[in-house]
Amino acid sequence: MRSNGMNSGGRGRRWSTGVVAAVAAVGLLGACGSDDDAPAETDGGEATSEGDVTVGLITKTETNPFFVTMRTVATDYAQEQGVGLTALAGEFDGDNEGQVQAMENLISQGVDGIMITPNNSSGVLGAIEQARSQGIVVIALDTATDPEDAVDATFATDNFEAGRLQGAYVRAVLGDEEPRLIMLDGTAGGTVDTFRHDGFLEGFGLEEGDPAILGMENTQGDQNTAQTAMENLLQRSPDVNAVYTINEPAARGAYAAIEARGLTDQVTIGSIDGGCEGVQDVADGKYAATVMQFPAEMVRQGIDAIVEAAGGGEAPSGFVDTGSVVITDNPIEGIESEDTAWGLENCWG
Amino acid sequence: MSESTAAAAARPPGRSAADPPPGGAAPPASERRQALGRALRNPLVGPLAALLVAVVLFTLMTDTFATAGNASLILQQSIVIGTLALGQTLIILTAGIDLANGAIAVLGTIVMAKFVFEGGNPLTALLLGLTITVVLGAISGLLVTRLGLPPFIVTLGMLTVVYAIARLYSESRSYSVSEPLLRFWGQGTTLGGVRITWGTLLLLVVFTVFWFALARTSWGRHVYAVGNAPEAARLVGIKVNRTILSVYVAAGALYGLAAWQALGRIPNADPNAYQTANLDSITAVVIGGTSLFGGRGSVVGTLIGALIVGVLRSGLTQAGIDNLYQDLATGVLVIVAVSLDQASRRRAAR
Repeated sequence: MRSNGMNSGGRGRRWSTGVVAAVAAVGLLGACGSDDDAPAETDGGEATSEGDVTVGLITKTETNPFFVTMRTVATDYAQEQGVGLTALAGEFDGDNEGQVQAMENLISQGVDGIMITPNNSSGVLGAIEQARSQGIVVIALDTATDPEDAVDATFATDNFEAGRLQGAYVRAVLGDEEPRLIMLDGTAGGTVDTFRHDGFLEGFGLEEGDPAILGMENTQGDQNTAQTAMENLLQRSPDVNAVYTINEPAARGAYAAIEARGLTDQVTIGSIDGGCEGVQDVADGKYAATVMQFPAEMVRQGIDAIVEAAGGGEAPSGFVDTGSVVITDNPIEGIESEDTAWGLENCWG
Repeated sequence: MSESTAAAAARPPGRSAADPPPGGAAPPASERRQALGRALRNPLVGPLAALLVAVVLFTLMTDTFATAGNASLILQQSIVIGTLALGQTLIILTAGIDLANGAIAVLGTIVMAKFVFEGGNPLTALLLGLTITVVLGAISGLLVTRLGLPPFIVTLGMLTVVYAIARLYSESRSYSVSEPLLRFWGQGTTLGGVRITWGTLLLLVVFTVFWFALARTSWGRHVYAVGNAPEAARLVGIKVNRTILSVYVAAGALYGLAAWQALGRIPNADPNAYQTANLDSITAVVIGGTSLFGGRGSVVGTLIGALIVGVLRSGLTQAGIDNLYQDLATGVLVIVAVSLDQASRRRAAR
C-alpha cells in the first residue's frame, strides 16, 4: 500500500500477514526477546550530547516511499539543525503494538519531542498520554489521532481539501458535459479515505447517492485491485467520463483498464498523492491531474515546533495544514495549479 | 488413512471415481443408479454446481455479466492467482501447504523488471527470474524433505525471508516494464470483438499439462500416493522425498510463470503487490475441492475454484453490491468446501 492516506484504515490488505504473524507469535512464544523484535531502529542512533534537543520520529512502516521520504528528510534536516534524531517505525501498516513499543522506548530515552504517524488513530492514545505527562511534546504527522487533541498538534494534509481540489479540477475538465462518475476508494471507513471521498464530491458538486455516481469500489489503494475493480465497473458502465481515485496506484490501475477498452479520450481521471511516479504519469498524460501533498513539510515544521518548545517557546497546537497543490499540464481557469515540471522537482519518493 | 493398502494408495482417487462403469452398453438399472451415485460423489460436482449457480444468478441480476467480453475479462483477472493456485494444488496434494508462493512470484517480477531497468538483456532477465523462483521452490522442498520440517513452518519462514529480500532488492520502489518480452502474456488478439490474451491461453495450456501429468503419468500417481499414505507409498517403492521435492520445484517454476504473467497484466513490479495471494491461492484450491489433508483433489477443481472467486468479484461489482460481500461469500464457500471434504473422508473411512 503506497499512499500514506491509505494507511490509516489500511489493515484489510494486511490481514494475512497479521494471521501469519499471530501464528508465528504463538509458535515462538517464550523464545523471543521482548524488546528488539518489533520496532526497528534505523538512523540517528549516535548519542547526543547533553543539552541538545532530541526528537523521535515514528512512521507507519519503513518501506512505503511516503515514509521513506519523511525519514530521509528528517535525518537531513535534524543534522542541519543540530538536533538528535531517532527514527523508528511500525513493522507493517496497522502495526499498533510496534508503534506503542517505539513510543515507550523514546519515552525512556527521554526525548524532547515525538512525531508519529499513527497506524491506529486511537490505539496509541495511552502511550501518547504517558509521553505528554512527562513533558514530551507529541505531534501527529500525516494522520490525526482520534480525538485530535490527544496530541499537542497535527501537521498533515487537509485531506478534505485535497479531495475537493481533485473534484473541482475533474469537474472543470468536463465542462458542460453531464457527469458520469466512478469512484475508486481505498478502504471502507478509513478516516483519510472518508475525507478525500467527501471532499471530492463537494468539489465535484454531487451529493452522496446521486445517480450520476455510476459505481464505487474499495481498492485498498492497490494497483492490481483497482484495475480489476475498474474492469468490472466498466463492464457495467462503459459510458463513464470521470474517475475519482484514492491514490496514484489506484489511478494507474484505472488507467490500464480504461486504456484496454480504448476509452481514454472519453474519461478524465483524477488522483491524490504527488509521488514522483504519479507526477510522471500525469506528465505522460495517463491521468489529468494529481493533488500533491508534502511529507517533507510535515517533518520540517514538526522539528521546528519541537525545537521551539524545547527552547522555552510555546508548544505547538491545533491542526496545521501542510498544503496540497494540483499538478497538471492542462491548467484550467479558476483552479490554481502547477505543471509537472514543478511537480517533478517537488515530488516525494 | 493408515489402514489403506499400498495398492489403493497408489491409485489416484479422483480418477477412479470419474471412470465410466465397465461393461459397455446398457448396464442394468441398479448399476446405472450406482454410476449416478458415483458421479454425484465426484469431488468436482460441488465446485462446478457452485460456479453454474453463480453464473446463472449474475446473468439474471445484470445485463452485462453474460457476455463473451466479460468472460474473457474474468479469465484475465484469474490468471495470476490461478497459476499460483496450480502450484499450490501440487503441494497440497502431498499434504503440504505453501504460504510463500505470492512472495516468491513478487520477487520474480522484481528480478525480471529491475534487471531490465538496469540495462540488462530482457531474455536474461526472464531466465534469471524463472531460475530464482525455481531455486526458492527447491529450497522449500529440501527443507521439507531433508530436514523433515512441517511445510507450514518452512513456507512461513520463506514468506518472511522472501518478502524481505524483495523489499531489499527492490529498494522498496516499483519498476515499470516496457519490454515486449516481459509484457508478452498481456498481449493478445481480438476474436469476434472479444479480446483474448496470450496469457489466458497459456493458463489453459498449463492447467491441461498438469492435469495430464497428474492423471495419466506415473509421476502423478506417485504424487497422489505420497499425499494419501506416505508410508504405504514408500513400501511399494515410491521415492517419497524425491516426489515431494519434485512437486516443490514444479511449483517454483509455476510461480515464475505467474510472475511473468503478472508483468503481462500489470507492467509494474511492485514489492507490495500480491500480499494476500498466498491465501487467495489456498482459497481457490479448497473451493475447488482439493483436500487439505493431501492425496485427494484435482487441478481442474482448482481452475474452477479460481473462476468462482473471479465470477463472484465480477458479478457482485456489476450488480452494484459492496465488495465486502464478495469476501463474505468466498469465506462461506471455503467452509462449505472443507466440510464437504471432511464428510466424504468420514464416509471413505467407514
